[in-house]
Amino acid sequence: MATFSSLGEKLKHVFSKITSRGKLDEYEIKQTMREIRIALLEADVNFNVVKDFIAKVSEKAKGEEITKSITPGQQIVKIVNDELTELMGSRNSKLEISSNPPTIIMMCGLQGAGKTTMCGKLGAMLKKQGKNPLLVACDIYRPAAIDQLKVVGKNAGLTVFERGTQKVVKTAEQGVAEAKKNGFDVVIIDTAGRLHINEELMNELIDVKKAVKPTEILLTVDAMTGQDAVTVATSFNEKLDISGVILTKLDGDTRGGAALSIRQVTGKPIKFCGTGEKVGDLEPFYPDRMAGRILGMGDIVSLVEKAQENMDEEAMKKMEKRVKNATFTLDDFLVQFEQLKKMGGVGAVMQMMPGMGKFNISDKDIDEKKIDRFKAIICSMTMEEREHCEIIKSSRRQRIAKGSGATIQEVNALLKQYEQTKEMMKRFKNNKGRFPF
Amino acid sequence: MGIFSKIKAAIKKTADAISYKLNKLFTGGVLSDEFYDELESILLSSDIGAETTDSILESLKEQIDKKHIRTTDEVKSELHSIMFDLLDFEVPEYEYPLVIMIAGVNGVGKTTSIGKLANMFKKQGHKVLIAAGDTFRAAAADQLTIWADRAGVRIVKQHEGADAASVVFDAIQSAKTKGEDVILIDTAGRLHNKVNLMEELKKINRIIDKNFEQAMRVNYIVLDATTGQNAISQVSLFNEAIDIDGIILTKLDGTAKGGVVFAIAGEEEVPVIYVGTGESIDDIERFSPEIFVDSIING
Repeated sequence: MATFSSLGEKLKHVFSKITSRGKLDEYEIKQTMREIRIALLEADVNFNVVKDFIAKVSEKAKGEEITKSITPGQQIVKIVNDELTELMGSRNSKLEISSNPPTIIMMCGLQGAGKTTMCGKLGAMLKKQGKNPLLVACDIYRPAAIDQLKVVGKNAGLTVFERGTQKVVKTAEQGVAEAKKNGFDVVIIDTAGRLHINEELMNELIDVKKAVKPTEILLTVDAMTGQDAVTVATSFNEKLDISGVILTKLDGDTRGGAALSIRQVTGKPIKFCGTGEKVGDLEPFYPDRMAGRILGMGDIVSLVEKAQENMDEEAMKKMEKRVKNATFTLDDFLVQFEQLKKMGGVGAVMQMMPGMGKFNISDKDIDEKKIDRFKAIICSMTMEEREHCEIIKSSRRQRIAKGSGATIQEVNALLKQYEQTKEMMKRFKNNKGRFPF
Repeated sequence: MGIFSKIKAAIKKTADAISYKLNKLFTGGVLSDEFYDELESILLSSDIGAETTDSILESLKEQIDKKHIRTTDEVKSELHSIMFDLLDFEVPEYEYPLVIMIAGVNGVGKTTSIGKLANMFKKQGHKVLIAAGDTFRAAAADQLTIWADRAGVRIVKQHEGADAASVVFDAIQSAKTKGEDVILIDTAGRLHNKVNLMEELKKINRIIDKNFEQAMRVNYIVLDATTGQNAISQVSLFNEAIDIDGIILTKLDGTAKGGVVFAIAGEEEVPVIYVGTGESIDDIERFSPEIFVDSIING
């Protein structure tokens, strides 16, 4: 999740000018705030929200705390960090589960925000948590939207309820009745994308809300949204009194300032983020961590959690054993690549490591195709070669290169990287051996 | 509320309103802070971005000084002309056979835009073929087929998960045989920072070049008008991969203004060609910088 890192970079740049100095005068504060303002605006934070934010931070910076502080730069970092955290909501909020099942989740939002994909992701997540969700297809307008939900449902192993293009309220009601009858404890209602100014369609949502009384009404918002995020979120919230927000497409390189704006104007929590096209690419939204990330402090907690969830326990245990016995083979190396890929790619992992932000490593720079190449190379080796890499001399290298469609140089690079990793693993041995990367 | 009604509202607050404010506005030949702030918020709220807004207002100040502009009407028309110039591009006429490839990030309205374009070309008397190159998203080809039916044009598609380049290859061969002179190619939505997916796009691009040399080639990126400054990065990276000739700006029927195209015009020199203004098949128009700038300045 490369989110906000650019904003973090910008602010870091601003702060680096300050941290090198002993004291701050009013002029310097003004200059700093100017740069923070531009950074936030370029990150798509709504300009009114920026105005308030700058006013607040300036006021605090001018106050006593700053003059008492030894390093005013750090003090400003803290003030900005605190304010950003506050702006985004001070803690992570979870999905509301009704004590009287089924829990009904209604999705809504503009066209193309990613509602249908998100329905599948939410369903899959809840299923993983032991729930039994039913997807209800209420987008009767977009061509083939119902088919899309069916495919999404099928891929996530979920049941989809649809009644064609009959009235949406009726389908929603029947969907809920179906859930009650057949023991589904969660109902996720996919609705059509609509403009917040389309009264007729907004009324349709109000009718659905009245009919099924959802536990959660989640507004799905594209993280790349600009200034208009405020207008959209305000309208949906006024009409529907939404219970939360889901941010999608956070795996892009957007700075995601919309997150700040929406939170500020609606007061509603951001509950999840979508971070990819796979059904597992869903993460809870942690406002405090996000603020930390904005300031370039890394997000090691997210990383560790993500690692634990996605790593195949079985494979890891096996690997641990092999590390202990110092028999880390090329096969194990292959398993590592797979695990890394599951965690969202090298770029995603790097972004979350503290201190890595400044290298600005993203998926753009680390080609995941390279990982696939490495896999192909290892797969072209015999079992014996994978166990004992020292036997791979030049003729074997040539054969492996040919077999995998790679060059000799690539085979050499892989073997070198493997040796390095093996070294690292040895050092890691005494360190509980849970997380080599 | 338009900019001048806003200014008017501001002016009314003082007793000797007009002369006082105007005096203050133009003393020393520069805009007053208040007036400047007013203009700035109008530009910023249209997603024009902090840097582009700054540079537009700088040019405005310069022109006001240089031309001794005194009235609000003159300021208005000066601002209009500065912004108009930024978006005014010479766009080459279409030649046929014509192949248009449509690319963009997820959810911007690529498939819908193709449906609308197909309808438009057909109405102009062309024979149109659609290639369902989005083999990734669930039911994308089904969605496109419905649009093809609505427009009354032929579609070439394969199963989900098929190689997009092979769909495009088939479409080109098929169009050559059946004599269609406009091929519209849909592609899967992809975030511009995913290397693999951008490589796939390059491959499709090469396939078209190789197999239809005599055709005029046009690559359009579809941008959602709701998108903020990230649109610059989108155009930049797509442009790097496949040479973008123009922008289709969609969802302008909402409240978003799509002002980010000013920065894109400046940095990437990519013009807006069409705008999408609704969900029905006729809701596509040739882009007019005149109307576009008007809608930003006058609300």
